[in-house]
Amino acid sequence: MSTNPIIEMKDMNKWFDDFHVLKNINFQVNNGEKIVICGPSGSGKSTLIRCINRLEVHQNGKIIVDGTELTNNLKHIEKIRAEVGMCFQHFNLFPHLSIVDNLALAPMWVRKESKKEASERAMHFLEKVKIADQALKYPGQLSGGQQQRVAIARALCMKPKIMLFDEPTSALDPEMVKEVLDVMVSLAEEGMTMLCVTHEMGFARQVADRVVFMDDGQIVEEAKPDEFFDNPQHERSKEFLSQILH
Amino acid sequence: MVYKFTKNPEKRTLPRMEAMAKWMKKNLFSTKGNTVLSLFLIAGLIKIFTPIFTWLFIDATWIGDAAACREGSGACLAFINEKFTYIIFGPYPREEIWRPALTMVLMFALLWWSKEPSRWSKKLVKWWAGFVVLGWILMSGGLGLAPVKSTSWGGLPLTLVLSFVGIFISYPFGIALALGRRSQMPFIKSMCVIYIELIRGVPMISLLFMSSVMFPLFLPEGVSIDKLLRAQVAIIMFISAYMAEVVRGGLAAIPKGQYEAADALGLNYFQTMRFIILPQALKIVIPPSVNTAIGMLKDTSLVIIIALFDLLSTTKASLKDPEWLGFSVEGYLFAAFIYFILCFSMGKYARRLEVEFHRGHKNREVNI
Ligand SMILES: Nc1ncnc2c1ncn2[C@@H]1O[C@H](COP(=O)(O)OP(=O)(O)OP(=O)(O)O)[C@@H](O)[C@H]1O
Ligand SMILES: [Mg+2]
Repeated sequence: MSTNPIIEMKDMNKWFDDFHVLKNINFQVNNGEKIVICGPSGSGKSTLIRCINRLEVHQNGKIIVDGTELTNNLKHIEKIRAEVGMCFQHFNLFPHLSIVDNLALAPMWVRKESKKEASERAMHFLEKVKIADQALKYPGQLSGGQQQRVAIARALCMKPKIMLFDEPTSALDPEMVKEVLDVMVSLAEEGMTMLCVTHEMGFARQVADRVVFMDDGQIVEEAKPDEFFDNPQHERSKEFLSQILH
Repeated sequence: MVYKFTKNPEKRTLPRMEAMAKWMKKNLFSTKGNTVLSLFLIAGLIKIFTPIFTWLFIDATWIGDAAACREGSGACLAFINEKFTYIIFGPYPREEIWRPALTMVLMFALLWWSKEPSRWSKKLVKWWAGFVVLGWILMSGGLGLAPVKSTSWGGLPLTLVLSFVGIFISYPFGIALALGRRSQMPFIKSMCVIYIELIRGVPMISLLFMSSVMFPLFLPEGVSIDKLLRAQVAIIMFISAYMAEVVRGGLAAIPKGQYEAADALGLNYFQTMRFIILPQALKIVIPPSVNTAIGMLKDTSLVIIIALFDLLSTTKASLKDPEWLGFSVEGYLFAAFIYFILCFSMGKYARRLEVEFHRGHKNREVNI
């Protein structure tokens, strides 16, 4: 299986000015794998996954996504972005567009689909995340959980091979967390390659193939979820787990 | 929170007088202190406005000559009556005045038609382009119409042309400059910054002077560009810089997450701007850009210094008529009245647009 990485990072480093935020990252994700990334605040989790679709630019080392290396080549960036979907902590829906337009916009302009085709697929994915009845509303009229499900559907409309999630449930009221996690679980069951920054341990145990623990810009530990949560190897992992368990 | 845009049915069924009494009670006489204050202010207003009203309407001389006016104690509206055509149309040849009049009627008709955002389309842009061509022919002649030089255009049509053309054309320029100023490319960015700061650093008068005095020096001998056109270019250059700053304010108000979401979906720079950023940013800047537009409409009166006869210049000129000396208050009031109507309707329209554009996501603040 390790012969088929869809994401590959080799000696990757990133600085924000003088601040060395990602240090010598070597990391692979196989096709169809589900990864949960955790770690203390400021450890570089968001930065790491944002490098994958080049919302952040790494300074040296290599990042190869589905056979294409990320460089300044705009064509490559566009290709990778069209294949990698992303969900944000604060949803980032487009408030001036209706839900269905939020979903249909990128397929129409990036994939050059007809409006009809794009809207039909939008409706298909809205049904999948169980909010087809809200299609004509605007994001501001939906609850947080509904908005996040729309955001997931919006990313799916681009038919991505990889989905990135950056703390998708941490801005939600507790009663809405489950509806979003349910969507993510069903997505995982369909075989989507997923990288997910989250502290939802139940979710990690249920779907993750691997948990990646980061601290201070480094990947400190990688393990199967049960191993990681029940028997962490590193001092810092233990400390972190003892903190989030209380 | 639920917003209601439909009128409250209770309110509608209330008889008019009763509703008014209720309103007054709530807004003017709610407490003893408020009652005293309200009565005091109302008395003051009556004291100030009664004499003005009497002067302007009751005692006014509506028809007659200057002598009749001097005998009366009120405003000389006969002066406006007499000078109306000149103030509105300036030195345009009298027998051809139907041409600018028709142009203005067409323009107002087209403006009225354009006011619904649902009608904004490429077709509408074509209509306006057609209007500009037609208006140009009507005003300057051709196709069998006697030629009229742009130096004899004047009054309201001139003010409207200079300001509306200026505002409409400078809007896209302003957007481009604002985007340029936020660009990652150092050359483009610095060019835009220099342009904006240079223009904003000088008064419009100096730009107009340059357009009329300096600019011709740079042209090869024998080539001359229409004075009106030069003034128009100067005005467009001026407004663009201000519009750029207004638009920049709107761009700065769009959260970073919107750019990131667009990037993550694979939209390119132009798509992101066109579909995501600008629609939101321009909506935010409706009030300040109308403010700028209103300011510019009034600023076009500065073209007086390069001897173009805009509305204010024609008013001034008619005051100099030896037969009608001494009615400057009436003249200026009339000009002010026209400016007021124009600016007031612009402001009112902008408020309507704001409400309309807001309707879609009116609950935005509630959930985020
Ligand atoms: N644009 C930026 N400019 C400078 N420093 C940044 C920038 N973005 C993030 N950082 C810094 O980089 C470090 C890692 O940030 P990152 O957002 O990746 O952390 P994180 O692990 O996602 O934390 P959290 O759990 O709080 O989201 C932090 O110390 C942060 O202050
Ligand atoms: Mg983060």
